[in-house]
Amino acid sequence: MERKAIIQIEGIEKKYVLGGEIEVLALRGADVTIREGEYVAIMGPSGSGKSTMLNILGCLDRPTAGRYYLGGDDVSKMPDDELSEVRGKRIGFIFQSYNLIAQLTVIENIQVPLFYQGKDLAETYDRCVELASLVGLSERLEHRPNQLSGGQQQRVAIARSLVNDPLMILADEPTGNLDSATGLEVLDMIDRLNADGKTIVLVTHDDYVAERAHRVLHMKDGLIDREVVNRPETN
Amino acid sequence: MAMRASQLVSTIKLGIKSLLLHKLRSGLTMLGIIFGVCSVIAMLAIGEGASYEAQEAIKNLGSNNIIIRSLKPPEDTKEAGGTRGRELNYGLTYDDGARIYSTIPGVHRVLPMRIIRENVRFNENYLPCQIIGTTPIYPEIAGVDVVRGRFICDTDELHQQNVCAITTGLANRLFPYQDPLTQAVKVDGVYYRVVGLVQEQSTTDQRSQAGEMEGEPLDNNIYIPMSTSRSRIGELILKRVTSGFGVEAERVELHQITVQMKDTEAVEIADAQIKTLLNRFHDQNDYEIIVPLQLLRQAEQTKRIFNIVLGSIAAISLLVGGIGIMNIMLATVTERTREIGVRRALGAKKRDITTQFLVETVVLSIGGGLVGVLVGVATPFIVSNLTDMITIVTFWSVFLAFGISGAIGIAFGIYPASAAAKLDPIEALRHE
Ligand SMILES: Nc1ncnc2c1ncn2[C@@H]1O[C@H](COP(=O)(O)OP(=O)(O)O)[C@@H](O)[C@H]1O
Ligand SMILES: [Mg+2]
Repeated sequence: MERKAIIQIEGIEKKYVLGGEIEVLALRGADVTIREGEYVAIMGPSGSGKSTMLNILGCLDRPTAGRYYLGGDDVSKMPDDELSEVRGKRIGFIFQSYNLIAQLTVIENIQVPLFYQGKDLAETYDRCVELASLVGLSERLEHRPNQLSGGQQQRVAIARSLVNDPLMILADEPTGNLDSATGLEVLDMIDRLNADGKTIVLVTHDDYVAERAHRVLHMKDGLIDREVVNRPETN
Repeated sequence: MAMRASQLVSTIKLGIKSLLLHKLRSGLTMLGIIFGVCSVIAMLAIGEGASYEAQEAIKNLGSNNIIIRSLKPPEDTKEAGGTRGRELNYGLTYDDGARIYSTIPGVHRVLPMRIIRENVRFNENYLPCQIIGTTPIYPEIAGVDVVRGRFICDTDELHQQNVCAITTGLANRLFPYQDPLTQAVKVDGVYYRVVGLVQEQSTTDQRSQAGEMEGEPLDNNIYIPMSTSRSRIGELILKRVTSGFGVEAERVELHQITVQMKDTEAVEIADAQIKTLLNRFHDQNDYEIIVPLQLLRQAEQTKRIFNIVLGSIAAISLLVGGIGIMNIMLATVTERTREIGVRRALGAKKRDITTQFLVETVVLSIGGGLVGVLVGVATPFIVSNLTDMITIVTFWSVFLAFGISGAIGIAFGIYPASAAAKLDPIEALRHE
């Protein structure tokens, strides 16, 4: 049985209008379908449109043409507030530079997405602690980001991306700022999440990182140039 | 959807945490509000105290009273006036008092006073004082308390008795060891038996004084019957002058007439009527009319203006504080652009970001307001302990200052907060 498509992108375009009426077409009609439980890597040369694609996938930006269905809902024309809600409920972000909030502790950082959904933080506290121990940080709940190593910070970010139980996790060069050993730990953790059924979309420059994905989408000039299937989905 | 209370509490806690991350900066920013709020409360307290003192002093003169005082006319009108040789004839007369009593409507009582600067002797004590010839109703109208014995009475007046009531301060200086009520004092060769000790209710300079007596104690009065004053002392007063012929004579019948009206309404009308009446018999400008009720109104008006001026100064200092806060918050927003991007990515709506920064600004300004209130309430307290100034911290000034500090937080927080919310999440996330 075909798995449910979580992401369905049809003929998506993104046009940037620069000053002096110069237009840049960062995406020129790309089609992408990502199914539940998939692990997809996006690769491509600089300027090929990876970041633009990731921004649209993450509902941080709207396409100028084409359709984007996330979990069955058309999000390509949603107003700002609804997009915020979609991000908060359905998407988990992992950034290259961790992006933890400096004045908050580990546990508070994990709670941020729940806070914006208006969840009772006392009720969901146990779940946050659980996630912290899942990424091996149960001993550091009250630490601040500046008291943690890069690898630990990225693990907090992973826990934070899971707290809202999202449809998919978007990772933008998650190992870009880490040394290779720590990078491997983080990648292993992402593998495990995928093995547990999480859908992962990851942008990388690194072939070794991309190797871990089921599929690699190679972008070029705002289009999906070619698609490489590393291995069939096992789970 | 309205924000839940617990969410607001979390946002306030977050604001405090964010501010504590830069303690020095937050502290310095609050300083503007602290000074502003403190100055509002302290200045209003000092102003309130000063006007209270002024109003009390005027009230002691009696709001039902009209006070008429003899004035030495200006030099150039001397020739036209009642000058005979070196004898200067001016001021209120016994007839003036009688006319006022009989013709002005609404007059309750008329209190005449003769006030003469003399020296009083008891044994080896020889002190300057004021001999005040007046009638037995003086204590009720002018406001003195009889501490011991009695005031001069109708019999004294009728028989021109050589008796006197003296103020306690003067009594203490004259009779360090004796009981004043068993003694007599000597003024200009005449002995006056002391029958009572009195205490002035008001010893401020509003009290009538004859001549120039700066730097001397005010409660050195000796009260004698009016009739005694007329017969023993007379109207002609010789003064030694430092230049010219050596002696100058003045003829003044009454130095002051206090007219007590039946009610305050009568005061308003009588003021002008008395002036008209007196002008008919005085061809020189030799008296002045003081209406305590009008002084009271003027004092209230002055206080209003004072409050407006103080309020403006305080408002400007709060405004400057507010601008300081806005400035810092704009810098904070720039500095925390990345955080804003992250929060937007994690589900924060524009309005969540607005709320966050607005709450942070209000926490900053209300924090400053709280400290300002504490310092502002303490300052007048210290001032009145160190000086003899009266200060009154009114509840509304504290309320006002605190309320304004909160309003400043909102007014000057809206712009930075909306600037923060307007940031594009993608740009914000890219921000270094
Ligand atoms: N905000 C923007 N304004 C204008 N042009 C942009 C903007 N973002 C990206 N572009 C352009 O779109 C193209 C794709 O950029 P991007 O998606 O960042 O590619 P990649 O991430 O693969 O390097 C580039 O030519 C870039 O210059
Ligand atoms: Mg890029």
